[in-house]
Amino acid sequence: MIQTTALNDRKIIIHDMSLRDGMHAKREQITIDQMVRIATALDEAGVPLIQVTHGGGLGGNSLQHGFALHTNEEYLQAVVPKMKNAKISVLLIPGLGTMKELQSAYDCGARSVHVATHCTEADTSPQHIAFARKLGMDTTGFLMMAHLNDAEGLAKQGKLMESYGAQTIYITDSAGYMLPAHVKERIAALRAVLNPETEIGFHGHHNLGMGIANSIAAVEEGATRIDASVAGLGAGAGNTPLEVFVAVCDRMGIQTGCDLFKLMDLAEDVIVPMMEHIVRVDRASLTLGFAGVYSTFLLHAKRAGERFGIPARDILIELGRKKMIGGQEDMIVDTAMTLAKERGLLKSVAA
Amino acid sequence: MKKIKCALIGSGNIGTDLIYKIKRSPLLEPVWMVGIDPNSEGLARAAEMGLKTTAEGVDGLLPHVLSDGIQIAFDATSAYVHAENSRKLNNLGVMMIDLTPAAIGPLCVPTVNLRELAANVETNVNMISCAGQATIPIVYAISRIQSVEYGEIVASLASRSVGPGTRANLDEFTYTTSNAIQKIGGARKGKALAVINPADPPMLMRNTISCLTDEAPDQDRITESILQMIGEVQKYVPGYRLVNGPVFDGNRVSVFMEVAGLGDYLPRYAGNLDIMTAAATRTAEMFAEEILAGKFQLKSLEVAQ
Repeated sequence: MIQTTALNDRKIIIHDMSLRDGMHAKREQITIDQMVRIATALDEAGVPLIQVTHGGGLGGNSLQHGFALHTNEEYLQAVVPKMKNAKISVLLIPGLGTMKELQSAYDCGARSVHVATHCTEADTSPQHIAFARKLGMDTTGFLMMAHLNDAEGLAKQGKLMESYGAQTIYITDSAGYMLPAHVKERIAALRAVLNPETEIGFHGHHNLGMGIANSIAAVEEGATRIDASVAGLGAGAGNTPLEVFVAVCDRMGIQTGCDLFKLMDLAEDVIVPMMEHIVRVDRASLTLGFAGVYSTFLLHAKRAGERFGIPARDILIELGRKKMIGGQEDMIVDTAMTLAKERGLLKSVAA
Repeated sequence: MKKIKCALIGSGNIGTDLIYKIKRSPLLEPVWMVGIDPNSEGLARAAEMGLKTTAEGVDGLLPHVLSDGIQIAFDATSAYVHAENSRKLNNLGVMMIDLTPAAIGPLCVPTVNLRELAANVETNVNMISCAGQATIPIVYAISRIQSVEYGEIVASLASRSVGPGTRANLDEFTYTTSNAIQKIGGARKGKALAVINPADPPMLMRNTISCLTDEAPDQDRITESILQMIGEVQKYVPGYRLVNGPVFDGNRVSVFMEVAGLGDYLPRYAGNLDIMTAAATRTAEMFAEEILAGKFQLKSLEVAQ
């Protein structure tokens, strides 16, 4: 069953996103019990890194990004003590989360962090990356919406993050827009400039159904860390489905250290039943991938669309045209209102 | 008419844009520009525009403060060096307008509390942040009608308008702005979010203000208060514009603003620059009026260490 490939015996680290990116798909409403149950099952299945936070990361609780059922600290304090082998990570987007919140997450037992910036704005992260290193955390620089920068540009941005202290640099396909050739040239460009000890990672979204293929393409060019979610539980059409990716890795001889059957059971018995909508490629999530729009915008656009009588697809296309990026969720309602005015569905207040 | 002589510290985007704003003022005159990089574009621009310049930081300015009659200084450096700059210049009797997130003096939003501060003879006032200047008037316009439990603002800035100082100190920006949403905006809890967008052509500065009122919002009175406040801000930032809202959803009030600049130093998309420099200029003018009216006696503070 196992094929002999060029990747035979390559070791990679799988980083689960179900309890962070998956928070988006659950409108931030995952309970403590669900978090603990899923994280424990992931740990038992041999997943070495598990991210636990609000979908927007530290500082994410807000009108802009929604309020979770619990604080990040409450989630972390519940999950961390239950882990036998897995390390718990958090997400920090400068401009939203701060170093105070990172300290607090560390105090709750988080030991790894994705410090995330838009793919051209790495220089907003030096404080946070340096601080994470000072705390002794496994520190990643996470370049979001990476389809909006070319390979050479991403290499420069990754090099900046490495210079601040990041030990791993991620190409993050937040819009699920990339094709394997895009992934390959970007990972190769990073590999060419980063220090040999600096790792490279890839975070995919499945909006064009390319999560697995893109992640394999990344591994082929030297990526050693792959983000994925069980049953794809994540924003848009979800992340690279973790159990499927592990199956493909097993077939290709790539070593993940994960137990495929345990992950399948977790997907089928726990994660899929808790989905409010089936996370899949549908009209709206396909629009994200096709137009290159931030995956988290999906549910916001559906809600704004219903409220103002504008199809979600029209809103998403307009957001893509205006080059809105992660964090600009407020512009979804704004765009819906502007479209509604243009279509005579809404009157403006004189000003 | 006599003008009050001013020094500008920091030759980045904000300091350079300030030259244009102050030159236009009937009450203020820019005399010195202070930088730390002799090759900076800001210093070259200042020299072209007839200002005296030094690349030796504040210490390069100090020997000239008294002889050139400098009475007001604008600090657009960073939170970390502001305290030292302020101490040195206050000692020479110079009033400080702080455009960094240091916030060692009282916070100022001209349409909300400038009159009060001018009457109190402050030696250092802080301008919070560009996002603070663009959003706190709206938070205040809501909280003056009815109590606000929570105020949250999201500022989207064009990447090209955000200089290295702000980039390297985003946390300070967040803390200072969040605090000011409470202290000046009047919300019991405040939160500020910043997004830097690299779209090309650059996007105009956008700000979204959301407040949760304690009781169901009085829609008519809140709308009227917001529109009145926008008119006040437009007096010094003509490009301050309501795009959408106020929109009411339960106790949530949301307002979507856009800020176009005058296009002085950076093009019009950099409304964040303009709203900061225009607010600082407006603030300095108010103090200048007090100084010229003799109500505000600036002198060296001998007691200062």
